[in-house]
Amino acid sequence: MGLLSKKDTKLITDPLADNNPITIQVLGICSALAITAQLKASIVMAVSVMAVLGIGNVVISLMRNIIPSKIRIIVQLVVVAALVIIVDQVLKAYSYELSKTLSVFVGLIITNCIIMGRFEAFALANGPWRSFLDGIGNAAGYGLILIIVGFFRELLGSGTLLGFKVLGDPIEKTGLYAIGYENNGFMLLSPMALIVVGIIIWVQRSRNSALIED
Amino acid sequence: MNLKTRLHILKRKYRGSKMAPAFNALHTFLYLPDEITHNGTHIKAADDLKRTMNTVIMAMVPCLIFGMFNAGYQHNLAVGEIQSVAGSFFSSEFWTLDNFFIGFWKIIPLVLISYGVGLGIEFLFAIIKKHEVEEGYLVTGMLVPLIVPVDIPLWMLAVAVAFGVVIGKEVFGGTGMNILNPALTIRAFLFFAYPTWMSGDKVWVEGAVERTNEIAAGANLDAISGETILGSLAQGKEAAFSAWDMFMGFIPGSVGETSTLLIILGGLFLVFAKIGSWRIMLSSALGAVVMGLIFNQIVDAGVITESSKFFGLMSTPFWEHLLIGGFAFGTVFMATDPVTASQTNKGKWIYGFLIGFISILIRVFNPAYPEGVMLAILLMNVFAPTIDHYVVQGNVKKRMKRLKVKTA
Repeated sequence: MGLLSKKDTKLITDPLADNNPITIQVLGICSALAITAQLKASIVMAVSVMAVLGIGNVVISLMRNIIPSKIRIIVQLVVVAALVIIVDQVLKAYSYELSKTLSVFVGLIITNCIIMGRFEAFALANGPWRSFLDGIGNAAGYGLILIIVGFFRELLGSGTLLGFKVLGDPIEKTGLYAIGYENNGFMLLSPMALIVVGIIIWVQRSRNSALIED
Repeated sequence: MNLKTRLHILKRKYRGSKMAPAFNALHTFLYLPDEITHNGTHIKAADDLKRTMNTVIMAMVPCLIFGMFNAGYQHNLAVGEIQSVAGSFFSSEFWTLDNFFIGFWKIIPLVLISYGVGLGIEFLFAIIKKHEVEEGYLVTGMLVPLIVPVDIPLWMLAVAVAFGVVIGKEVFGGTGMNILNPALTIRAFLFFAYPTWMSGDKVWVEGAVERTNEIAAGANLDAISGETILGSLAQGKEAAFSAWDMFMGFIPGSVGETSTLLIILGGLFLVFAKIGSWRIMLSSALGAVVMGLIFNQIVDAGVITESSKFFGLMSTPFWEHLLIGGFAFGTVFMATDPVTASQTNKGKWIYGFLIGFISILIRVFNPAYPEGVMLAILLMNVFAPTIDHYVVQGNVKKRMKRLKVKTA
């Protein structure tokens, strides 16, 4: 047996596809719509959530036997808040420009339903190692969708990827722009992010009929 | 062997196969289906979906042809080839073949792209989902070229049509299931995705964008432009056209929406053919008049002075609001879409009134979106089922009361 048993591997791979927090459970939509106009912001958001959820799940799991169940939500909030503040401060210290782009949305990781959802549904009932894997898996599933959406929105909306002008220069009229192509401004607006997420859900469900509900 | 028998044979050959819906669609599009029922009594109605759609298209053809003449006229007027017709409907300056062919070569590709892409997607979905092709796109395909600027690049139109048909209609289950009017979804997509091609003072006149680029490249030419009336009013400028011009349609604007006269004729045709709802058309106009009057009163009362950025559109006489922009076209051809409008009679009055009311509201208060009627209709499309629900519930309540009185 390697590092991960079969059951443990499932904890990571399940949220990537068949139990994806965004496309199946439809959680964490707000941040998926708000910050995916650029690929870079999507990646940073995905990493931040992964850090918060991974560590948070371990902390909650370690404390699960001593938290009185009446006040567990408050305890969970304190843990997330502490972790989010750390992430926020790290971002501000090491990439100030990016933290300005993400602005309030780093702080709003606290309200991301996926995090509280995993604390409640998993970390309160499982050991720290499995909770850690579950946190990483769910954050990865969330990040995957964020990155897909960010990829299409930045490519079609701004003609760039991670800031590189992959389709040519719209002002100098090089590359695709020389033949009359133009950026799709609608892609930069939040409604289009919702539509892109919708299309991902559509594609996923049409490929896997087990996911279709009546 | 004529085409009909050939299609019959093809249809039989492909029956049950994957491509069957495509052949059936071609067949029903051209001829009456050859299937007959074998048992029971049936009532045959002449006004099937196909005939309904064709009637609406017939009502729009005058707008399309006028749009072709107008596109050429606006171009020639802008480059200084001809004089303004100044409101005379049968002016020989307007109805020239030269005008017509400038517009014809510009607008026919729009029509072809709209139908080609839209019907292509409908066929594709019919084959994948294994159902018959529905005629739903016939009207949308004609509406789309009429509500875009004449200079819109064809690839943008193709992208927008694909988006509108898939996201606006097919994801909801196809014809008859859509919440939003597909033609307006397509226009809204263009408007938000490529705003520089959907507003401003260049795109409405054939060749103006090209001319700007040539000048930028160093050509020694005069720039030409033609701003829509709403566009110039929103910037606080005077409209350069008489009310008569606005009514006749000798003004820059989207391809088919300029002539209020022809739109009214088309609307009357739809009402008499019992296809368009006169309640929606009338109540929309009413709503616009009420909102226009409110704004006129506000200006008269001196609350808004000329320094305000809303003054231009607020002080526009209420009846002029009915003539300018796409209001008439939207009201007659798009608000009345039987799928997305309210179904109950009382609901239609409320739905129509709010469309008119909100259109003028958006026009005046949001100069960034000079034409409010598109957004107003889309908004009311969303609320139409809610309006119907409350109208029906109200009726149920009323009847329940009557029942109680009787039994008591």
